[in-house]
Amino acid sequence: MTSLSTDPAVASSQRSGATSEQGAPKRRQGFWARENITKILFVVPAGLYLVLFFGYPVVKNLIMSMQDYTTKTFFTGEAPWVGFQNYVTVVSSNLFWPALLNTALFTVACIIGQFVIGLALASFFNRHFPLSRFLRAMLLLPWLLPLIVASATWRSILDQDSGILNQFLGTFGIPAIPWLTSPDVALLAVILVNIWVGIPFNVTLLYGGLQDIPEELYEAGELDGATGWKAFRHITWPNLRPVVSVVLILGVVYTIKVLDIILGLTNGGPANATQTIAVRSYQESFVNFEFGVGAAFSNILILISLVFAVIYLRANRRAVDE
Amino acid sequence: MTTAPLNRSSVRGSALRRRALKTRGSTLLGILFLAIMLFPIYWMVNASLQPSGNTLSADFFPWNPSFDGYEKAIADQGRNLLTSLIIALGAVGVTLVIAAPAAYALAQFKFRWISWAMLAILIAQMIPGVVIANALYAAYNNLGLLNSIPGLILADASHAIPFAILVMRASMMSIPASIIEAARVDGAGQIRAFISIAMPIAKNALITAGLFAFLFAWSDFLFALTLTTTDEVRPVTLGIYQYLGTQVSNWSAVMATAVLSSLPAIVLLVVAQKYIAAGATGGAVK
Repeated sequence: MTSLSTDPAVASSQRSGATSEQGAPKRRQGFWARENITKILFVVPAGLYLVLFFGYPVVKNLIMSMQDYTTKTFFTGEAPWVGFQNYVTVVSSNLFWPALLNTALFTVACIIGQFVIGLALASFFNRHFPLSRFLRAMLLLPWLLPLIVASATWRSILDQDSGILNQFLGTFGIPAIPWLTSPDVALLAVILVNIWVGIPFNVTLLYGGLQDIPEELYEAGELDGATGWKAFRHITWPNLRPVVSVVLILGVVYTIKVLDIILGLTNGGPANATQTIAVRSYQESFVNFEFGVGAAFSNILILISLVFAVIYLRANRRAVDE
Repeated sequence: MTTAPLNRSSVRGSALRRRALKTRGSTLLGILFLAIMLFPIYWMVNASLQPSGNTLSADFFPWNPSFDGYEKAIADQGRNLLTSLIIALGAVGVTLVIAAPAAYALAQFKFRWISWAMLAILIAQMIPGVVIANALYAAYNNLGLLNSIPGLILADASHAIPFAILVMRASMMSIPASIIEAARVDGAGQIRAFISIAMPIAKNALITAGLFAFLFAWSDFLFALTLTTTDEVRPVTLGIYQYLGTQVSNWSAVMATAVLSSLPAIVLLVVAQKYIAAGATGGAVK
């Protein structure tokens, strides 16, 4: 810019900087130069937002989890420091291990279901036929709906006495299943609904991955007799691996924090059959008003996410560096 | 073609016909898959049009559509729908105002710490909402932002801001530095260059980010649930949850509300398919 300062247009663009026009040599250099300050101003709002709405909550949760933070705190302003007491409470509570197990079952089952169906549909749509674009786009709908709408709809479908699913199964002579009211099947029902919600996301990412595999590889493979299943095993799968790992890890990160679906369908019941760590965290904080205990639960959730986030970032490093 | 031997062209013809048959079969199969996937949505619409006394034992098709459910839904939830609309539009504004300049800066300025910023944005996307809600409840309580529309707008924007930065940055990366440089030489400041050069070029990404900010905020349930304590400000997602809370007494009203809450997603998917499809892949991987 300095080399162009004879250009009147440039000079006029600097008119608001009082000293810069005549006193070119006096212009402040380095980090605090006017140019740099303008640049910084572009990122200040976002930086501030990220700090306030992501950074602060994480730190605040860490602190709260070490405090006896309850409704009383809002009146007295006092939150006595209790060290790791909340974590002891969490781990020794009756619901912790079942909730952890449910979280694991829920996450693994959802990921497998979404991934397998997602990959099958993505491969199917990769064939390109009339209307395939339109149909693929419409497939996104379950993912775009508010989750609470999905919960409400599935509550009606899964209703034991008059839900359409049991009526349908009834035509095959299968007796009515108490999907959401029996502790034996409630978790399964919640998993099925969440798989339904997650399929579009998996299809979209995996379809993108399939699109990136060069057609020539298949043509070359065909000459070597690799078609159908063989082509999938030796061409598609190895080339899809990077996308697969991203899909699976993101799937884990998004699935372990699922809350809306479970609250809408079962509220953690019946008989705590669908309690997960996320549900526990919500209920301790906002039902029992034990914010400290709730924070401890959610920190466990963050810890698990963090492990997968690190794996994700390593798997996705190339994409980040670009 | 006319000189080609007859048998050869007929072989090709039958191969083509077989192929055409195969693609038609694929289309039919695709429609079948879509029908299965979207059946619950059909069922929601169907149930919303059943007479309200008729709890759930619905016909397969609403032969005698009743709009009682919708009347009740609008009477009960009309105000909540409006609240959701205001919050979602507010979240779009906040998201774009905060994310667009940041995306531009991260795409065009050579900050040394860019990879750290990108890392922070990716991690921010992964933080569970319940963590944010937990901390915001206490903070909002002190700031008087509980039960307020601005409070919910700011919180809901957290669903979209990291995503919006990623999507818009990806698009602004493709703006050649020379175009910006040329504008600067012509006397445009950084801000002018951003508004009159970068924004129009990145228009599509801007629309995608805006649409998703709307959908995310409209769908928000967690912040609605945790950051409101009274009936004063009540987004429709919370309205549905309350319908579901106790024994559901009027399914057609619940389903009618569900349909009304689905309208933005359905309409945008049909009208703005291009942008939605772009967003579906955009924020997730990069």
